[in-house]
Amino acid sequence: MLTLTSPVETWAHRLPAGLKLGLLALATTGLFLLDHPLMLGLAAVATAGLYATAGGRFALSGARLLWPLWPFVVIVGLWHLWTGAAGAGGAILLRMLTAVALANFVTMTTRLSDMIAAVQRLARPLAVFGLSPRRLALAMALVIRFIPVMLERMSQITESWRARSSRRPRWRVLVPATLAALDDADRAAEALRARGGAG
Amino acid sequence: MERTLTHVALFAALIAVLGLIPKLDLAAGVPITAQSLGIMLCGTVLGAKRGALAVLLFLALVAVGLPLLSGGRGGLGVFAGPSVGYLVGFPIAAFVTGWLVERTTLPVGFAATAAAVIGGIGVLYVFGIAGMALVLGKTLPEAALLGMAFLPGDILKAVLAGMVTQSLARMRPASLLSRA
Repeated sequence: MLTLTSPVETWAHRLPAGLKLGLLALATTGLFLLDHPLMLGLAAVATAGLYATAGGRFALSGARLLWPLWPFVVIVGLWHLWTGAAGAGGAILLRMLTAVALANFVTMTTRLSDMIAAVQRLARPLAVFGLSPRRLALAMALVIRFIPVMLERMSQITESWRARSSRRPRWRVLVPATLAALDDADRAAEALRARGGAG
Repeated sequence: MERTLTHVALFAALIAVLGLIPKLDLAAGVPITAQSLGIMLCGTVLGAKRGALAVLLFLALVAVGLPLLSGGRGGLGVFAGPSVGYLVGFPIAAFVTGWLVERTTLPVGFAATAAAVIGGIGVLYVFGIAGMALVLGKTLPEAALLGMAFLPGDILKAVLAGMVTQSLARMRPASLLSRA
């Protein structure tokens, strides 16, 4: 499956995932403590510099990841221009974009397997509640495996509908899709039990 | 044990798949994605605890970098953006929805619709609006105004969640873990 990890190998790919996550937590906390537009502007420039050290292609895909935020930029921008508090609006937008860009940077430079390993380490205390790291890893693997299976089934359901009706299926795919998910869950549970259980 | 694990995993996958269907395939003219429908279904079908776990598992996979949120978004960035409140509210919404379905003896279709409205809209909006207010530096009423744009689509989704749950109850009564 497609992940958001950048195929462009950068220096940050070689850092341990735990270190990057720790630094990200610190940086994001710091961002929310900063208030002055100038300071936030410097943080934004530093973040842009961070992307620049990884090369043009990497920076471009990083910018593309920020694109879904544009409606918020427009709304907040217009609102603050209208109320005449452009400085405050700029601070809010800079903080938001910088925080998202920093988090995206960690995601883009950490392989999925490393990130899952980090999550399992972080989730270790949850074993007290019966969630062993092994079960968590198994559940994550099941989801990743079943998403393409369910997408395929969804398009099969749509096609069978189309073969029998001239109307579009729309929401009518929902019941068979949910039913199939429940049946898959039962079958996967049987298969797990036959192989020694989920531990 | 295995059954709980696989149900949680399969419904986490269902949330992802529903977020990937193109918007306009679901209903004519209303720009909605089915992702929050997946959250509601987790509650109405799996019940409070399993439903919330399925949503948490889905969010964990988003956080580690899979682009599973509607529109192909994902990674740690979405937890720093304006939609963070909705993400935090997702598991709580599923829990409340499931809890309500478990606790009432009303006809299942009606109970599921009402629970989806209260949990999947009411509870979710409280968190979502608070999150937008925080990240965008707005007051709560201003943020609420932004959030209301999604209300018509979400009401439609609550009704769909009720209908799907009722159909499942009729076809496969044992599969409805929220009423088991």
